[in-house]
Amino acid sequence: MKWSIEVGRYDRSQNPSGPNVHGYPPPYEAAPAKRYQIFEVELDDQAMVLDGLIAIREYQDESLAVRCACRSAICGSCGMWINGKANLACTTKLREVAQDGKVRVESPPSMPVIRDLVSDMTPFWKKNLSVRPWLEGKKPVPQGLEEYRVPNAAMENLIQEVSCISCGLCLMDCESFAINPDFLGPAALAKAYRYADDPRDATVKQRLGDYSQANGIWECTHCYMCVDRCPKGVAPLDQILKLRRMAVDAGFTNNAGTRHALAFAESVRDSGRLNELTLLPKSVGLFNIPAQLRALPTALNMLRAGKMPPIIHHKIPGVDRIKNIFKKVGGLFK
Amino acid sequence: MKVAFWPGCVSKGACPELYVSMQKIAPTLGLELHELTEAPCTGAGVLTEQNPELAYSLNALSLAMAEQKGADLMTICSTCQGVLSGAQHKLAADQALLGRVNGVLADSGYQYRGTTKVKHLLWMLVEDIGLDKLRPLVKRPLTGLAIAPFYGCYILRPEEHLGLLEKPERSTYLERIIELLGGTPVEYFGKSKCCGFPMLTFNADTSLKMAGKHLAEAKTKGADLLVTPCPLCHLNLDGQQPDAAKAINEPLGTPVFHLPQLLGLAFGFSPHELRLDHHVVNTKLALDKVELKV
Repeated sequence: MKWSIEVGRYDRSQNPSGPNVHGYPPPYEAAPAKRYQIFEVELDDQAMVLDGLIAIREYQDESLAVRCACRSAICGSCGMWINGKANLACTTKLREVAQDGKVRVESPPSMPVIRDLVSDMTPFWKKNLSVRPWLEGKKPVPQGLEEYRVPNAAMENLIQEVSCISCGLCLMDCESFAINPDFLGPAALAKAYRYADDPRDATVKQRLGDYSQANGIWECTHCYMCVDRCPKGVAPLDQILKLRRMAVDAGFTNNAGTRHALAFAESVRDSGRLNELTLLPKSVGLFNIPAQLRALPTALNMLRAGKMPPIIHHKIPGVDRIKNIFKKVGGLFK
Repeated sequence: MKVAFWPGCVSKGACPELYVSMQKIAPTLGLELHELTEAPCTGAGVLTEQNPELAYSLNALSLAMAEQKGADLMTICSTCQGVLSGAQHKLAADQALLGRVNGVLADSGYQYRGTTKVKHLLWMLVEDIGLDKLRPLVKRPLTGLAIAPFYGCYILRPEEHLGLLEKPERSTYLERIIELLGGTPVEYFGKSKCCGFPMLTFNADTSLKMAGKHLAEAKTKGADLLVTPCPLCHLNLDGQQPDAAKAINEPLGTPVFHLPQLLGLAFGFSPHELRLDHHVVNTKLALDKVELKV
């Protein structure tokens, strides 16, 4: 079969101050210095995108830069944009993504590029390192042939994250990262959870405090992009949400994220519905006057358009049923 | 067609124009809306995040209420759709959880048996009503309008919960509807991205830049308006648009329609009947193109 592969070409060494580095707003499409080049390859219908790229590099253009090693979704090297979505070239069949035999591959615009399909993963590794991805063992450290003993169940919570191959697909398409390059991002925070919930770690409280800071767990927008992008079922968002619960339980509640969740839960418990009128003021903090004032023009805009929720928040009929559920399951939080 | 109608909190709160326009077009679509007036807020993912079992119990109650009405549950909110589908997915996969949840519901008068189908209006238009039945309803084709679809995260992701693995075409329904109504769909990256609303109250800067980025992209690609099946997206894209423009330091000014409003306009209802005069961003420029004044 004949496949037409359009490759985004770019060379940082030729554009040292080029535009294709992370900045706001990150470019969705070709930076001026990037050009697209179409290659035709002959491969059967079981071929992967990576097979196509290797065929191009071996037989048509040796200057094509593509990073790959294991070809079986273990090394995590060949993450790239395939038709505008971060994916592994080695596990994506051409026929699954090609439209009329055509497919476009390029490095994702959210990451700096070294050359062609090779992204500069420095931001990814920096983020990973910053969450202290190692155990700070509890004392006393087992001596000699002794080892830490932990129940199997405690490890089962961590298995999902342990499948991570550090391919970076989740970060490449992370919505919050696309706006805020300082956000720790899905992979690093999932890794953070893996250590924070390890019974052998002695620094859980400190970890949860660190991860609750700006650019941490409360900077995630909850869009599920990382869940769908992950080729290994790590579900980074789920791990971030576990960290949020752990942080709240550990008492790191003096932040707008926690206040938002609390105000939300109270409103549903007491009336069965969301009270939009009080959600924002309660989230930013009732005595945070500057933030309250900043929200005023928007509130007035909405009022003028007739879009304000009713001043008197009505309870749904049968609200006792809802209160009862809250009572039985227990509390607002875990 | 009888449906158990779940309007969601926002259509009864800050986006009343969505509730009104849905009620307006329901008879035209042949939908008999039996509203779930005693169902609780889905928790919008916030409750699932802080206390999953609480959220599953509340959503099981809503699902059981629809079950008792003997009809599919219809949502008009991507977020409600996502949370209800997610809860349903968990409850179907975990019998022990279902047992505990039904234990919690024991004295509520409801038990969830797991038979409810939850469907967003957008899905019902294509899968239950059918495009062939919709076509003759178009009395005022939206010819000349460039319309940018904006799906909202929770009607697309996670794919496993939203039926996208079996029906990948669900990610193209908005474009199909736009074409059927006579408009021209605008192709842009932002259509399946996050509007930023979930973070608005605790991370306004990132949230507004997110909304601004997608609005600016749609505008650059020539959109006269955006259409969304999610009122929470609407709150950020329309309600917060002046602030989003400031956040990205670019002029915006693209109106955002709710899905029922777009349908209603093509079915011949007046903009006022559809509450198109209740938006923060003036809908006039877009409406002028189909020669209607607000």
